[in-house]
Amino acid sequence: MAEDAEVRQHLHQVVMLRPFPYFPSHKERFSKQFQPLNVFESSEPAHLFLSTHAQSARVLLCAGFTPVTSDMLRCLPSLQCIITTSAGVEHIDLGECRRRGIAVANAGNAFSVDVADYAVGLLLDVLRRISAADSYVRRGLWPVQGDFRLGHKLGGKRVGIVGLGSIGSEIAKRLEAFGCSISYNSRRKKPSVSFPYYSNVYDLAADSDVLILSCALTEETFHMVNKDVLSALGKEGIIINVGRGALIDEKELVRCLVQGEIGGAGLDVFEKEPDVPKELFALDNVILSPHRAVLTPESFDALQELVIGNLEAFFSNKPLLSPVKDE
Amino acid sequence: METVGVLMTKPFSAYLEEELDKRFKLFRFWESSNRKEFLKENSHLIRAVVGNATAGCDAEMIGLLPKLEIVSNFSVGLDKVDLVKCKERGIRVTNTPDVLTDDVADLALALILAVLRRICACDRYVTSGSWINGNFKLTTKFSGKSVGILGLGRIGSAIAKRANAFGCPISYYSRSEKSNTDYKYYPSAVELAANCEILVIACALTEETHHIVNREVIDALGPQGIIINIGRGSHIDEPELVSALVEGRLAGAGLDVFENEPQVPEQLFGLDNVVLLSHVGSDTVETCKEMADLVIANLEAHFLNKPLLTPAV
Repeated sequence: MAEDAEVRQHLHQVVMLRPFPYFPSHKERFSKQFQPLNVFESSEPAHLFLSTHAQSARVLLCAGFTPVTSDMLRCLPSLQCIITTSAGVEHIDLGECRRRGIAVANAGNAFSVDVADYAVGLLLDVLRRISAADSYVRRGLWPVQGDFRLGHKLGGKRVGIVGLGSIGSEIAKRLEAFGCSISYNSRRKKPSVSFPYYSNVYDLAADSDVLILSCALTEETFHMVNKDVLSALGKEGIIINVGRGALIDEKELVRCLVQGEIGGAGLDVFEKEPDVPKELFALDNVILSPHRAVLTPESFDALQELVIGNLEAFFSNKPLLSPVKDE
Repeated sequence: METVGVLMTKPFSAYLEEELDKRFKLFRFWESSNRKEFLKENSHLIRAVVGNATAGCDAEMIGLLPKLEIVSNFSVGLDKVDLVKCKERGIRVTNTPDVLTDDVADLALALILAVLRRICACDRYVTSGSWINGNFKLTTKFSGKSVGILGLGRIGSAIAKRANAFGCPISYYSRSEKSNTDYKYYPSAVELAANCEILVIACALTEETHHIVNREVIDALGPQGIIINIGRGSHIDEPELVSALVEGRLAGAGLDVFENEPQVPEQLFGLDNVVLLSHVGSDTVETCKEMADLVIANLEAHFLNKPLLTPAV
């Protein structure tokens, strides 16, 4: 028993705001090196728990939906690193982290390919009416009502990608193979990219048939797809969102879709998940998804590998594997 | 050409119907109550038949149309046109290759993604209000999975090009090995199935390829395997496919075609790992117009004694 306590003392403490369901192989590797401080298991309020037990903890592990506020950070005087299992970092008070010199690591590229695949899948579904036709067949309507309505061709469509990071680049690569022409908007033009650059979303939307959102949610990008942008996208335009719900003015989007002012949408994210505006349920040119773009066992496995890799790097004073750059 | 009688087998394209009506004397086969009588009554006028993937021109129809000179089909597949009979009678046959290649290839990828990533099931999950109660389960990654293509023609190659962009290793089975490609060739459908995770059917339907995907191939593909069919329903032994899916001996299927369209096996309706479409392969506004234009162009060429654009016979 005394031995256990000794071993535990050598384990590095990791503050855990949420349970992290590891695959067995990763769980073993984690337990050998790290001692989780499970905030969520305690009946005490988080701040009390942290003030009591986590004063010397140097690392915090969180998920995308658990806010890491400046209040919480104040309870962690020794904190030097936050690792989030999400790609997005808008739930973390980055300003406070910058002030205190706390490094932040995210899911890096663990999800990028899966999100890109999903974005393409959503777009194909909207254009070719896959879900609508599938439902038509399952309801036994094909023999009764005949052929289903025509969809629209993907080839030749002008695709505007907002955010050409690792996810956006993977989307671009895939859609090029379908014969789409790609343009993008990003915080800054990327010199190594040959796709046409647009300095603002409005102009990009005006020149696109499809708008795909794959950028981070920040103060600048909040509601960046607003009434004007939707209007610029136009009646035949399609919008695909695999970023964050709040990138779009959701009320405005719903209005446009219901009134037929844009051509359709594929949405994996919403402003207030899991609440989805019910007016969208009956529209068969709208594909709704419960924030699933990332979750395949393969990307989950890659994520766990990355989380543990980041922890190991941190505790051996090596560079983090997926640091969020401060721009 | 207004006196040239053209028989359209089904109302598969309003635009085509309109254009045929403008140029020729159009006979609408679907409006007749007695098909045989209808053909007999108008056989002295009908010199062309315009069919599609499901309603073509069989031996019986050819037999009843002594003045038939050309079948201009609104499809690339000609399994519903009796090509042997046409050759015998000197009847020309045209189809609509190339213009629909992209759409059909796109659809194959759409089905793969919809099946693996459960996109349709996810949409149903949200619209049924289930998300409030909990998250949908994990789905399966597509990128990097091995794709085996049955038939590396125009459509098969277009599918390969797209799957390549997702990092998928590509292999194929074809009547003969292709010299101009890096993709791995397997000399039989069974061997192809044994060596891939996603099997895509993209070949023509002939006597040889009828039921090419049978129990043996399904077993070789295995319980993690997915079948995507954008060819013809009869490429697959449908009852075998259905029992494999219902019994979990296949991980899923994306089907645009069936043996007895528009009948679809109802045992599939309750499965989340299956996506069922109503033969929409080239059903886009853009492509249907191009196909229709090609049908008309072939007919006009024929009746003006010019070379056919896309002759098959």
